[in-house]
Amino acid sequence: MNANKVLDAKGLACPMPVVRARKVMKEMETGEVLEILATDKGSVADLAAWSKSGGHDLLEQKEEGGIFTFRIQKG
Amino acid sequence: MIVQPMTVSTITKKVVNKEPFFILDVRNEDAFADWKIEGENIQYLNIPYFDLLDGVEEILGRLPVDQDIVVVCAKEGSSIMVAEMIAEEGRAVHYLQGGMKAWSEHLEPVKIGDLRNGGELYQFVRIGKGCLSYMIISDGEAVILDATRMTDVFLDFADKLNVKITHSIDTHLHADHISGGRKIAEATGGTYWLPPKDAGEVTFAYEALEEGRDIRVGNTKIEIQPLYSPGHTIGSTSFIVDDTYLLSGDILFIESIGRPDLAGLAEDWVGDLRESLYKRYKELSEELIVLPAHFMIVDELNVDGSVSEKLGTLFAENRGLNIEDETEFREMVTGNLPPQPNAYQQIRETNMGKVTPDEESQREMEIGPNRCAVR
Repeated sequence: MNANKVLDAKGLACPMPVVRARKVMKEMETGEVLEILATDKGSVADLAAWSKSGGHDLLEQKEEGGIFTFRIQKG
Repeated sequence: MIVQPMTVSTITKKVVNKEPFFILDVRNEDAFADWKIEGENIQYLNIPYFDLLDGVEEILGRLPVDQDIVVVCAKEGSSIMVAEMIAEEGRAVHYLQGGMKAWSEHLEPVKIGDLRNGGELYQFVRIGKGCLSYMIISDGEAVILDATRMTDVFLDFADKLNVKITHSIDTHLHADHISGGRKIAEATGGTYWLPPKDAGEVTFAYEALEEGRDIRVGNTKIEIQPLYSPGHTIGSTSFIVDDTYLLSGDILFIESIGRPDLAGLAEDWVGDLRESLYKRYKELSEELIVLPAHFMIVDELNVDGSVSEKLGTLFAENRGLNIEDETEFREMVTGNLPPQPNAYQQIRETNMGKVTPDEESQREMEIGPNRCAVR
């Protein structure tokens, strides 16, 4: 599934990746997919937990060269 | 209302003095369940910051009005945000400066006592993680045992007391935290000691820590006598200092004993652990004051914030020293082990010199409690 939107949160520290992701997600439709790029290690568990808490679906999570990529489907 | 930072040093004092206060921990629930600031009179509320982004009105009623409130997160960013939201509602509130990262790294030096021929013994309490390091000083020299990776704290302390660090010792190859022992020896030109049986895979030179090789500090004959006491690891070594103190490493704690499985050999080492605790330690004077390399729960802190107890008292009260039946002992130390410390294999490899993670990675690897004991 292709991402409908991409959020570049690289270089941002906690809590900003989650704050930004939430804001973007609010403007999206249910079923749409948001891709988030982040570099803050501390935000990894938080993005996953936020996604679960918000009723979204974490489709994919990976790390490549210090960049974490999340694909989250709006629930 | 203005948001005020609260330092880890202030929190440490509150914990030691058993003061009541309130923690609003805004990390996610797994992180909170795994590891938090512990204290006898702390009340907690755990709500992840991402569940508070719409406002904090709903939780205001759950925050006390007669106690300090400290908002806590991993590195402080989220706690400042939440604390500001609470302050906007007119409530006085603090955040933990530096977050759990700072809590994990804070060391509080406590003087344990004077030595007989002049000299002093200090314990460095890593309150957030439960690690204990030691500095023995005499005649302008210092020996450090089980130093953590926050080496500046030890170097600055030695500078302040105007002593030169001549030896740096690890009682065993640590699995719960990254040792600062080698780095301190390199910085001071001192000697780094490690038990050879734990050092089979290390990539650097070290001095072999073995029974019979006494280490002196200063000229006043403060003797540091190694005592081979395997069981937590195969090389684990204890020390008798000045005929008064027993530095027990990770073999014996105040309310628990060392676990034998962190190098992967619980079944093999349980016999060694029993031999060390029930035979070798039994032959020592009950008057010795035990100084372990860890504590697990804040109950183990004395009123001055130190961690110590007479060996005789531990033989009377520590359950791990009072299991007559060998099979039952074996069952206790191998059958019901707590989860292993976070990233313990990577930590062991770092302490062997096989890998050299950057500081941020080292910090992440050390997240959480030490988990070196079985009760």
